[in-house]
Parts: sequence; C-alpha cells; structure tokens
Amino acid sequence: MSGERVSVQVNGIAVQIVSGSSVAAAIAWLGVPSRRSVSGQWRAPLCGMGVCFECRVSIDGVAQQRACMVPVREGMQVRTDD
Amino acid sequence: MTERYDVLVVGAGPAGLSAARAAAGHGARVGLIDAQARGGGQVWRHDVVRAEASSVPRALTRVIARARVEFLAQTQVVAAARGILLVEDTRGARSLQTAAVILATGARELVLPFPGWTLPGVTGAGGLQALAKQGWPLAGKRVVIAGSGPLLLAAAASARSHGAQVLGIHEQASAAAVLRFAGGLWRWPSKASQALRLRAQLAGIRYRCSSVVLRALGDDRVRAIELDGPGGRQQTECDQLAVGYGLLPNLELPQALGCDLENDGAHPQVRTDDRQCTSVTGVFAAGEICGIGGRDAAVVEGAIAGHAAVGEVSALQALQRRRQHQRAFAAHLQRYFALDSRVLALAEPETLVCRCEDVPLHALDGHLDARSAKLATRCGMGACQGRICGSALAAMGRFPRGDLRPPFFPARLATLGDTNFPADFNPGGVSP
Repeated sequence: MSGERVSVQVNGIAVQIVSGSSVAAAIAWLGVPSRRSVSGQWRAPLCGMGVCFECRVSIDGVAQQRACMVPVREGMQVRTDD
Repeated sequence: MTERYDVLVVGAGPAGLSAARAAAGHGARVGLIDAQARGGGQVWRHDVVRAEASSVPRALTRVIARARVEFLAQTQVVAAARGILLVEDTRGARSLQTAAVILATGARELVLPFPGWTLPGVTGAGGLQALAKQGWPLAGKRVVIAGSGPLLLAAAASARSHGAQVLGIHEQASAAAVLRFAGGLWRWPSKASQALRLRAQLAGIRYRCSSVVLRALGDDRVRAIELDGPGGRQQTECDQLAVGYGLLPNLELPQALGCDLENDGAHPQVRTDDRQCTSVTGVFAAGEICGIGGRDAAVVEGAIAGHAAVGEVSALQALQRRRQHQRAFAAHLQRYFALDSRVLALAEPETLVCRCEDVPLHALDGHLDARSAKLATRCGMGACQGRICGSALAAMGRFPRGDLRPPFFPARLATLGDTNFPADFNPGGVSP
C-alpha cells in the first residue's frame, strides 16, 4: 500500500490506514462486523455505496453513521455494536 | 439560509459532471451535489490504494475546477419541491433554490435475497469494488464473484488488483447469451476495448455461465458457498462473496419531484424527451436513471441536459446521434443479461428479505402491496427505507416498492427543525 497514513480508534484499538480510506475499511482491517441487526445477527457492509445502511456505526459519538460514506480522519473514534 | 443557483445537479458521476460542465460553460451558476466526499460517482470512484487506477477523466475535473461550479460534497438531498432542495451536509441543513434541477442520481446494485446473504463477507459485486477502492483489505482473501452482467468482470479485476485470489466468476446468463453479447460489442469500440482489457486482466480466472450461488454458509461470517451450474451443485470455501444482479436506477428523487416513469426495460426509469426534460418543467434527468446504459450514455446525456437546462439548444443535434448510439448499447446489455427465473426464487421462506427489520420472506405471504406488508411486518420501514428489499421484491414479482416520503435519507432532527420542513416539502409530490 502507498500513501500517507492516518490513525483511527476502532472500539479503542488503533488502526493505521491509508488516508482517504473509509471508516468501513478501517473496521474491516480490525476484522469486526459493523452492527447487530434487530434480531441480533452480525452485519457488515453490503452495498459499499451508502444505500443499504448495513455499515452503520458510531463515529465521534454520533450514532447511525454509514461507515462506507465517511472518510477516516486522524484521531477519529469509531464504535461498532458489541 | 437559502442559496440560489441557476442549475443544481444532483449526483457527481459521469452524467452529473458532464451536465455541470455543459451548464457552467454557458456562464450559469451551478451547484453539483454528491453524497460522497469526492466526485466521480461509482464508475470513476477514486482508488485510495491504487491512485493510478480509474478515476475522473482530467477533462471533466479541469473544467469544473475552472468554471462556475460549486461542488457540494458529502451532501444529501433530504427533501425536494419545485425549485428547492433541502440538503444536509456534515455541518447542517440548508435550502438551495434553483431555476433548473438536473437529476443524475445514477444506479445501485440489485442484490437478490438468498439463504445466507446477510452474513458478513457477502457484498454486492460493485459493492466489493467500491469498498476495495476505499481501502477495504482484500490481499490474500479468497473471493468469489457472482451475479450477472459486465460489472462482474470489472469487480473481479478490481479485487485481483487489490491482491485478492479470485476463485471464479459465476454469471447467471447462458454461455450462448454472453457470446452473443460479446459478438455485438464491435458497434461500441470503447466497450469492446474495455472488454479486451478486462479479459487480459482476468487471465487464469474461471468464468462460468449458467452458474448461480444458491446459498452462503457460515456462522458469524461467510465461510463457503454452494453453487449450481452446468456441472451440478458444488460447495466452495471462500472469504468473500460478491454478488450483484445488475444495476437499478436510483429513482427516489425523480419520484419525489413527480417525474413520470416508464417501464422500458427490466426496471422503471425516468421518462425524458430528447433534451433530457422530464415530465416536470425545470427538472432534467440524465444517465443511469433514464435506463441502465453505462458511462458513455451518461456522459452524453449529461451534456445534453446541461445545455438544455440553460436553454442552449444549438449543440444538441450532434449529441443526440451519440446518445442514440449509446442507448442502443443499453438495449443490447439488457437483452443478453436478462435474469433467469431461478435467481428470482433463491430465497427460502425463512430467508430474511428486509435486512433492516429482519423480516423473512414467508411473513410477506398474502400481502399484495408494499403498504400492506409494511403495516403488518415492518418490511421496508428500516434505515434503508426499502432501497434493498423493495427493489428485490419488485424484481421477484411480489409487489412494486411503496412511495417514499421525505426525508429521503435518515436526517438529523435539527435538519427537520431548522427549516420549513415539511411546509415547503409536500410529502410525496410537488408543491402547488
């Protein structure tokens, strides 16, 4: 991989990732799903383009953000469902 | 706070960029709205890992940087009425006024339900491509690509270029249909050369026709899939399954503005005249929402819409010949990649259809329309507002998707409170 890297926290764990990457990608580097469905199933991104809402996570304290639509920013705090 | 534009273009893919360039070239004040942080749409999506890979052609970026185009990034249209759009960006909500609107909202993938499709690791085909270009790790992953259409080849090439081990491409159309499609490509030289390029990039990867993913297997994520092809059924272990059954126009905004639709092909699309005017005065449409025809059709239709939106009609005649030629490609595509009935019947009674509200297929039995299903089961009432399940159920022949009311996307309470919503934005239609 090339390019400048930024560091974000996903569930309190530091993830280094290429600048411009999506939050969804940072979560995938950690290898965890994004959310639990209403019946408790694990879910991860489906559409990759902001349509399906399966990648919803909390970003810097704001819940229900689509991780595939938000580029990473240095120091960003991301929280998936647990 | 209200800002005024001559032309607002919604969607910064090939159609929207081209439209913005054409309109701005006549001196109009143009706003170009896109939900993503960067322009390019899906087909010209910037690759953060491989910056040299396909991105927006410089001719379009240059003109837009110079001309009077204001790019409104990470901005979504939450509600719309005649001449006014309520948008939300990372800072808050604004009302934008405009003399003309050009809708270039593009397409999404048709993802059809099948057992296991909700497992993490199952994505759309274009979906996997979009994720990979945004830094999603694929190196060393075993990836199966499936579904239908030329997008599968592009998805496979992207996955491979990001280090994935592509185990195979499974196309639901027959080998005869695919050969006839390829045999007719000489009429569109740019498509033919693109196909040859992809073929070279995919050397050594198996391409199987009449082959369908029946189910994805796994506990907390996909571990294997079951395929059904000419050689019978087989299971294959994999780390990622990317499956997409072609593209669908994003019609939420044109419908909200009251634009007439037509059912020319497999899916509804916006009806326009040869100047890209919709049935609503001052509202133009271009690209995939007028029928899935690809990038070249989108670029030419965007240009027509951009000229027409500012009343410049002298350039249109030459463009219309190009448009007809590219629209013929749309018909060609649709003809040979028509969906086989078996891919519409993969879901079992217990398979979840609505992924937001976890509604299984059997719960929809006996419901003849989306409203009835929604009231009884919550199907289509979740965050995606039926974008996934509604489109799938329509393709499966259950019932058409219900009407969408604003907000078109989940919006912050402040967005709805700060503005004259809903007074300015009559649910489901155009203000009087």
